[in-house]
Amino acid sequence: MTSSPSLTAAELAFLTAAVDTLIPADDLSPSGSDCGVVDFIEWQLASPWGEGAGLYRDGPFFQAKPEHGYQLRFTPRELFRAGIAAANVWTRSAHGKDFNQLADIDRIAALKAFEEGSAEFSGVPSKEVFEALLNLTMEGFFADPIYGGNRDCSAWKMIGYPGLPARYREAVSTSFGKRYDQPPRSIADFS
Amino acid sequence: MTVKLKEVDVVVVGMGWTGSILARELTKAGLHVVGLERGPRRTSEEDFAPPSIRDELKYAIRLALIQDAQRETVTMRHSPSETALPIRRLGAFLPGSGLGGSGVVWNGITSRFLPSDFELRGHLTQRYGRAAIPSDLAVADFGVTYAELEPFYDRFEKLCGVSGKAGNLRGRQIAGGNIFEGERSDDYPNKPLVTSKPGTLFARAAAELGYHPFPVPSANASAAYTNPEGATLNACEYCGHCDRFGCAVNAKASPNSTLHPVLLQDPNFELRDHAAVKQLVYDRAVRKVRSVRYVDVRTGAEYEQPAGLVLLCAYVFNNALLMLHSGIGAPYDPATAKGVVGKNYCYQTTSRVQVFMEDEEINPFMASGVNGMAIDDVNGDNFDHSGLGFFGGAMIFCSPASGRPIMIRPVPPGTPRWGAAWKQATAKWYNHSFFINVSGASYAHRHSHLDLDPNYRDALGRPLIRMTYDFQENDRTLVAHAAGVAVKIAQAMNPTMMTAPPAQRGSFHTVPYQSTHNTGGTIMGSDPGSSVVNRYLQSWDADNLFVMGASTFPQNAGYAPTATVAALAYWSAHAITTQYLKNQGPLVDA
Ligand SMILES: Cc1cc2nc3c(=O)[nH]c(=O)nc-3n(C[C@H](O)[C@H](O)[C@H](O)COP(=O)(O)OP(=O)(O)OC[C@H]3O[C@@H](n4cnc5c(N)ncnc54)[C@H](O)[C@@H]3O)c2cc1C
Repeated sequence: MTSSPSLTAAELAFLTAAVDTLIPADDLSPSGSDCGVVDFIEWQLASPWGEGAGLYRDGPFFQAKPEHGYQLRFTPRELFRAGIAAANVWTRSAHGKDFNQLADIDRIAALKAFEEGSAEFSGVPSKEVFEALLNLTMEGFFADPIYGGNRDCSAWKMIGYPGLPARYREAVSTSFGKRYDQPPRSIADFS
Repeated sequence: MTVKLKEVDVVVVGMGWTGSILARELTKAGLHVVGLERGPRRTSEEDFAPPSIRDELKYAIRLALIQDAQRETVTMRHSPSETALPIRRLGAFLPGSGLGGSGVVWNGITSRFLPSDFELRGHLTQRYGRAAIPSDLAVADFGVTYAELEPFYDRFEKLCGVSGKAGNLRGRQIAGGNIFEGERSDDYPNKPLVTSKPGTLFARAAAELGYHPFPVPSANASAAYTNPEGATLNACEYCGHCDRFGCAVNAKASPNSTLHPVLLQDPNFELRDHAAVKQLVYDRAVRKVRSVRYVDVRTGAEYEQPAGLVLLCAYVFNNALLMLHSGIGAPYDPATAKGVVGKNYCYQTTSRVQVFMEDEEINPFMASGVNGMAIDDVNGDNFDHSGLGFFGGAMIFCSPASGRPIMIRPVPPGTPRWGAAWKQATAKWYNHSFFINVSGASYAHRHSHLDLDPNYRDALGRPLIRMTYDFQENDRTLVAHAAGVAVKIAQAMNPTMMTAPPAQRGSFHTVPYQSTHNTGGTIMGSDPGSSVVNRYLQSWDADNLFVMGASTFPQNAGYAPTATVAALAYWSAHAITTQYLKNQGPLVDA
């Protein structure tokens, strides 16, 4: 998982900056990108899922109530392409720079504006872009390291999730009500 | 071009829980059975092996074992005046696909319904008077009683090696079991699993308040168990990868672990996978289904399979779709309340309270599909509803099923969803928080129904099934009442912090997972003017067609459906083998 199968340099720069704002480095874990979350996103967007597997894609497309969930025509890959471009257009008009060139404090403010939907993007709602970005970032941070993120089980160490092999027939009694301190392990450690 | 095949005795459409039960019972009776399953063949040994099955991203998030929404989904609108939109990515409910169906990915809550749930209209009329039931509450009787189903509940529990504790054994009340349950002929085959920390805290608080906590019956074996089919289940590993996953150790009862070891070896049974049934070929003149048309989804080739007996076991949505698309029975019209197919679509009403306890180590990742505690004090008609303004109730339970961190990352209300403060709260609370859940009844409303969508089509070119559904006044007040009790119990646990329950205030939302406890659409009953199938689940319009599953419930009770779905399947199989095969025709006069 080292080559760049699909994203442009500008997209990678945006994602690195965004992911590191969502998951900043501190004593709890390295930054999102240092945990491999950008690699994760890149590979997911290049996967069948990124191309719309599991997503009903027939029209007609209508403006929806929130209860209808996702109703855009874009595949995840298309949504990220359009969303990143629109986000950079927005930060250029607000700050004169691409998102990744902003100071931390402005990145945080920009992501909040996307999250609330108060940032006007053309062609795609900023809120939908943000939700997709946040979901994929959290998936990458917390998924098994075999997918490229959660490097060294950093996210699992942060919360105390032991990962695999997940066999607790005895521990369910012996560790009842007690902290279960085991270094987390990945599927890869057992395959 | 359609390839016409040679007639067989029985075709089963859909090989999940009900299809597998019927296939087993009918092959045992000497019939040649063909099982058509839209998804792939899956076996425990080959497809659910550790460690790779314990992959949250693949199974719980990308939904590897769930119906492919790109091929077929459901459209949703809240009322008949709206245009329905497709659920483009499945969320609220997740029907399984592939051999074993949703029976592979369920959690294994194996509750029986209460006796009064089956005779709901009769029971409520008797207790509260006819005038007390609102006219738009379309509650109905099942047409079968708890006492009639009891032996078949017992069979299913023994098939699954259910872990639990009886509360009413042949009329004798047993403390520590569910004292509200209907009379049981036998105890559960396995003793309860090890109760989780949250379950223990919940039970203590509930008992202090005078409620009657009991272990939630669980189709996850607490000890190695060999079922009456000769299939062996191993003891549960509390791996925290139950719902949405296949079981890596064959502890969860699924069709695959309990029935397929025998069924797939049986020369009387033939499985055809990747076989999506498109239509039933209905002969209106003689009131029979002649054959079923299906497509091999790998090649696109179309087949017509004639059969003497057709069993529709394709889960709620495809059951209703196949009836409507094949022109069997009169479609329901909410404007006139006439017609039957599609009516009384119901769901499960839900709420929850989140509890934070700083000093308790929860270890949420050590969990069986169900190893918690519940109360039924405010379920069904176990309490007096006079003057309350609603009927029905809910099971309130505390049984965290996983600590899988993509999905389970509790933080106190008001915490940002990302950034440094989010990280701190996530690290602090991961091991110290859990939910108390409310799983409530859902009673039919005149507007709620399923029909064919006029705008959207599936991969086979058929209309998508359209759901017209929203929570109604009865749902909202029922859930608010039960959630109030959940809050009281949570408070009695003396938590560091807790959230207010999101009572069912808003409209039905298709995104957050609620439950795959959809019901109705092909309901059972005692007359063809108001139901689709009779008390034996036989179609009123075609005597050689039987419809299985929760689509036959006239309404949903405050319980997970599968034990009742399976008991009805055994009950129907019994009627087919003992009555129908001897004398093929309607089992109930119309
Ligand atoms: C995540 C999850 C958790 C659950 N937890 C619980 C629980 O704890 N307790 C409980 O009681 N219930 C639970 N359920 C519900 C339970 O799984 C179902 O009630 C049960 O499996 C229903 O049995 P069925 O035979 O009606 O449908 P299924 O078991 O879903 O079987 C239907 C089969 O039909 C196939 N099919 C559909 N359409 C076609 C077609 N056109 N052609 C060919 N084949 C077709 C499907 O692929 C599937 O294999 C859960 C469900 C899910 C998804």
